[in-house]
Amino acid sequence: MLKYIVKRIVIAIVTIFVVATLTFFLMNAVPGGPFQAEKSISAQARANLDAKYGLDKPIFQRYLTYMKDALHGDFSESLKQRGRSVISIITTKFPVSARVGGMAVLLSLIIGIPLGCIAALNRGKALDNVIIVLATCGIAIPSFVICTLLLYFIGAKLQWLPTYGLSSWKHYIMPVISIAVYPTAYITRLMRSSMLDVLGQDYMRTARAKGLSQGVSLFKHALRNAIIPVVTYVGPMLAYTITGSMIVEKIFTIPGLGSEFVSSALNRDYTVIMGTTIFLATLMVLINVLVDIVYTIIDPRIKLK
Amino acid sequence: MSEYLVNIEDERLSFFTPAGEVKALNGVTIRVKEGEVLGIVGESGSGKSVTAYSLMGLTAYPGKLIGGQLYFNGHHINDMTEKQMRKMRGNEVSIIFQDPMTSLNPVYTIGNQIREVILLHTDKTKKEAQERAIELLKLVGINEPEKRLKQYPHELSGGMRQRVMIAIALACEPKLLIADEPTTALDVTIQAQILELMIELKEKLGMAIIMITHDLGIVASTCERIAVMYAGNIVEYGTTEDIFYNPKHEYTKGLIRSIPRMDAKEHTRLIPIEGTPVDMLNPPKGCKFASRCEKCMKICLTEMPPVTQFDEIHYTQCWLNQKEEMEKNGQAAPAADSEEAKGGAANE
Repeated sequence: MLKYIVKRIVIAIVTIFVVATLTFFLMNAVPGGPFQAEKSISAQARANLDAKYGLDKPIFQRYLTYMKDALHGDFSESLKQRGRSVISIITTKFPVSARVGGMAVLLSLIIGIPLGCIAALNRGKALDNVIIVLATCGIAIPSFVICTLLLYFIGAKLQWLPTYGLSSWKHYIMPVISIAVYPTAYITRLMRSSMLDVLGQDYMRTARAKGLSQGVSLFKHALRNAIIPVVTYVGPMLAYTITGSMIVEKIFTIPGLGSEFVSSALNRDYTVIMGTTIFLATLMVLINVLVDIVYTIIDPRIKLK
Repeated sequence: MSEYLVNIEDERLSFFTPAGEVKALNGVTIRVKEGEVLGIVGESGSGKSVTAYSLMGLTAYPGKLIGGQLYFNGHHINDMTEKQMRKMRGNEVSIIFQDPMTSLNPVYTIGNQIREVILLHTDKTKKEAQERAIELLKLVGINEPEKRLKQYPHELSGGMRQRVMIAIALACEPKLLIADEPTTALDVTIQAQILELMIELKEKLGMAIIMITHDLGIVASTCERIAVMYAGNIVEYGTTEDIFYNPKHEYTKGLIRSIPRMDAKEHTRLIPIEGTPVDMLNPPKGCKFASRCEKCMKICLTEMPPVTQFDEIHYTQCWLNQKEEMEKNGQAAPAADSEEAKGGAANE
């Protein structure tokens, strides 16, 4: 176990380093810069700005400076939002996205797993077909369509729920549902197919032959085996979801990290791009380790080496 | 009726598949006394396992019992609810499956899986169940039971796992143990050990065993009675001596001819049974074995043969046997049917 953790940390460092390097050079390879759009400023002022943020130096030198600072925990300031450090942007906006995203993941698990099981148990019957059709729709319909429909009907027409911001629990309902639809549908399908696979296994027949009730054989013997593919999917999905969805955050005016990520890229806010990318990469690596550990808890055949 | 532990009368069972009705059992009658070992032999799809599973109410979807009466240990299986059936399974009747590699749940310890069945059917506490589990592992010849109970199935060998399966099956001291090809997935030396163990345990615990197999060697060494099944019928039934030394049905004879013999001269070819198994979706009208039978007669193709009783136990379902028996008893054989119809059968 210790050996595994050490190995994973080394791999994590390498991964994050590669991601950071690639992002740095790619983002600089894209035409434009943080101050180019501001046409009103004079050439002198721009040169001064570039000099202040070190943008006049050769790219490789800037890379070295950035990496050195980053290693010391200094991710510098945003180029566009004057006076705000990248770290403060992430620490204020990530919790917002994480709250909405986390709830969405929870919702998708709570609905998706039982729905998949129900479909598998009723294989070929009407209920199964209904669930499959719903799940396929959930995967096929893009989130902006769902957001728009929710906004139009529940928000504007019926006026049941507030349409923007996050000031009460009611505000969370529509964004959480919008984000949760896709993972719910995906988990339902995954759960259904893996449950069908497990239900056909010999040990399920053994469970019945022992005289166990359907409930016990399902919850004790089938679920634990069938859930493994879902865990595999939920890991990366969790990382994506808690870092926020640009579309949903824009539509419901949520001050989250997802929209920040996209607008930083559009604004060429180099430091914010770097900061959020490194943050996402770190999160991803961490969650993958977590998933691996969860595997070993669920399935004793899996050993971490 | 009560003298038998298992009494299956004229069982008919079909699988209603999208392609049509598959008649898996066409009137199977099986009786097993307490403490008796019955072997059911036959090729794949002959209905061996289906018969045994239906006795436990484990018939797989879309199978359905459409006729016959099933009695076990005083229960009338036909009338039992799923709940009553659950009380019986693993308690009064247990089963060991073919593949010990996949029959144990990989994510639970051996101990958990043995204790589970004890806790389900008895009032034992967890601690008592643990003690019983240790006792059971000792019974099936597993060393260091305390340690094994904490292990997972993948940490044990195939033979060991089958022993665990037997331990689970015997946990509640069942009256009947169904062994569904218990040694098919094991190598030969382990096979012998497992069979020996089963017979030894049978002597010790006094339960009856139904041994389902396609290996005649296994039934010869373990069973007292043998039922030979072909395409959902018992074509011959008798004591082990009857079947091996005095087989009457052509299928049984064929099976015995196809066993390699220790005393055979070198380069003697085994004699296979020609032809292929019956298409169960569209079974022939008469005797199911007719198209493969060397001594097929006209009547075999059109009508199901009746039961020919040789003595109290030994019987077959075969027109040829029926004819011979009738001739022996001085009765006139049905004249028109005695013509050989081999050519016709071959063209079928």
